[in-house]
Amino acid sequence: MDYFKLTVREISEAVQKNPAEGSSVLKSLASRAEAVDPKVKAYLKIQKDFPDSEKSAKGPLAGVPISIKDNICTQGWETTCASKILAGFIPPYDATVVRKLKEAGAVIFGKCNMDEFAFGSSTESSAYQKTANPYDLSRVPGGSSGGSAAAVAADEAICSLGSDTGGSIRQPASFCNVVGLKPTYGRVSRYGLIAFGSSLDQIGPITKTVEDAAILLNVLAGHDPLDSTSANVPVPDYTKSLTNNVKGLRIGLPKEYFAKGLSPEVEKAIRNAVKTYQDLGATIHDVTLPHTPYAVAVYYVVAVAEASSNLGRFDGVRYGARVEQSNLLDMYLETRNQGFGAEAKRRILLGTFVLSAGYYEAYYLKGLKVRTLIKNDFEEAFKKVDVILGPTAPEPAFKIGEKSSDPLSMYLSDIYTIPANLAGVPAMSLPAGFSGNDLPIGMQLTAKPFDEETIFRAAGAFQMVTDFHKRKPQLG
Amino acid sequence: MSQKFDIDSIAKLARVSLKPDEKVKLAGDLEKILGYIDELSKLDTKNVEPTSHVLPIENVFRDDVVKPSKVRDEVLDHAPKREGSFFKVPKIIGE
Repeated sequence: MDYFKLTVREISEAVQKNPAEGSSVLKSLASRAEAVDPKVKAYLKIQKDFPDSEKSAKGPLAGVPISIKDNICTQGWETTCASKILAGFIPPYDATVVRKLKEAGAVIFGKCNMDEFAFGSSTESSAYQKTANPYDLSRVPGGSSGGSAAAVAADEAICSLGSDTGGSIRQPASFCNVVGLKPTYGRVSRYGLIAFGSSLDQIGPITKTVEDAAILLNVLAGHDPLDSTSANVPVPDYTKSLTNNVKGLRIGLPKEYFAKGLSPEVEKAIRNAVKTYQDLGATIHDVTLPHTPYAVAVYYVVAVAEASSNLGRFDGVRYGARVEQSNLLDMYLETRNQGFGAEAKRRILLGTFVLSAGYYEAYYLKGLKVRTLIKNDFEEAFKKVDVILGPTAPEPAFKIGEKSSDPLSMYLSDIYTIPANLAGVPAMSLPAGFSGNDLPIGMQLTAKPFDEETIFRAAGAFQMVTDFHKRKPQLG
Repeated sequence: MSQKFDIDSIAKLARVSLKPDEKVKLAGDLEKILGYIDELSKLDTKNVEPTSHVLPIENVFRDDVVKPSKVRDEVLDHAPKREGSFFKVPKIIGE
């Protein structure tokens, strides 16, 4: 049986019924990965020796293999952030999310490729390999969680975890025709996630279906004493929101998301989705998020400032690689020169600059103030509507190499996803159509803080009446 | 907000040495990105409070309780260099 084609729900049901099926699932998935990963290159590492499957035959994720982005710590497994500077780093502990997954019965299957330190939108900045989009191997899978999204799309993962600082779960999900959720800031513990932008980062699920995302969020969400920014807010059963009923749901369309720069094919798919919701009984309203045009600029102040500070710890002393020199300062300089790739250096330098004496107020403080305006935009909009609908990315997946020499054009591919991180609100990308050349198009649903339930309600209803998520790539 | 972006002093602050060819490329990229960021100066933010964090969480405390821990050796095990229970670094004095 081709277990690798199954969903999280289907596998956990099968394994709970018959624990012996757990090892068949793993074998099936391993041979699928062996067949397709040489083309897709989604994995940095795949587990070879699996723990006793009987042990993981209980819990909501009984026997479910899950693949983990390589910036999330896995005890005893090398965790590199796809950077040379962390080569050989073997965490002595599991991230809270990994511990929770194991306790729920899940089996860690592999570590997924990503942009180095999650700096990028194409997974091209990985120090190890470039991941291909399963729907067109000459194109990028998106990023930075490109390996996590491509693995699920190629059926070489049942589900995966990504992290999202400015769209790094949602944009690759949209490029790869899978479901990707960035939860509310504070909803999921960041303990064990190697930090990029600490006020923006969230871990979230990447799955084949909306239902699977709800099942995973049930396990991932909740307060963690080990993360002082995790929120002590009760966790509902998200699967209960999958009612397939959106009658009376108020959906907002932000006019700034349908402006210049949006590809006509993407716009058409999103307009069709709006029509679907109208047919289902939802009401459509125009809303405005007037500071959207400034979001990318704010992000490239706030996120790089936090990144330059967070990456100060990679100094060749405590973990990862060291380039030996005769004195300490030269050792720092050379280790960081050789350990970091070009995009990491660009962001470290930019972040150092915006925080430096003389420029702090003009850049960093200014950025934080405009961040307030962006957050206020969402608060105003959510007075009128329950959920905001728009495109996830301005265009479908671009060609490998197309944007890698122009950082600014790469940054602008996150224009619709960055605002949710700045405002801390939850947002999901889900399959909403295909372009003329058969590339996936994703739509984004955004809700109020801690209202993932409304996202699941809207997304679940859409997926019930559409088949986009069932259209698989042709990988031979 | 126009300025001369001094790549050497920033690289020094960031503790990264840069190869000459990468210096030219990075300085050019950063000038361009900063030019884009300068768009922010168009907005009047005189009466706007900064948002450094979106959640209303402040000063999370816990009791200071000693718990057993075995991580010291595991942590030191993957240090590039150690000596006994210490991280070992090149000499600092005499730089």
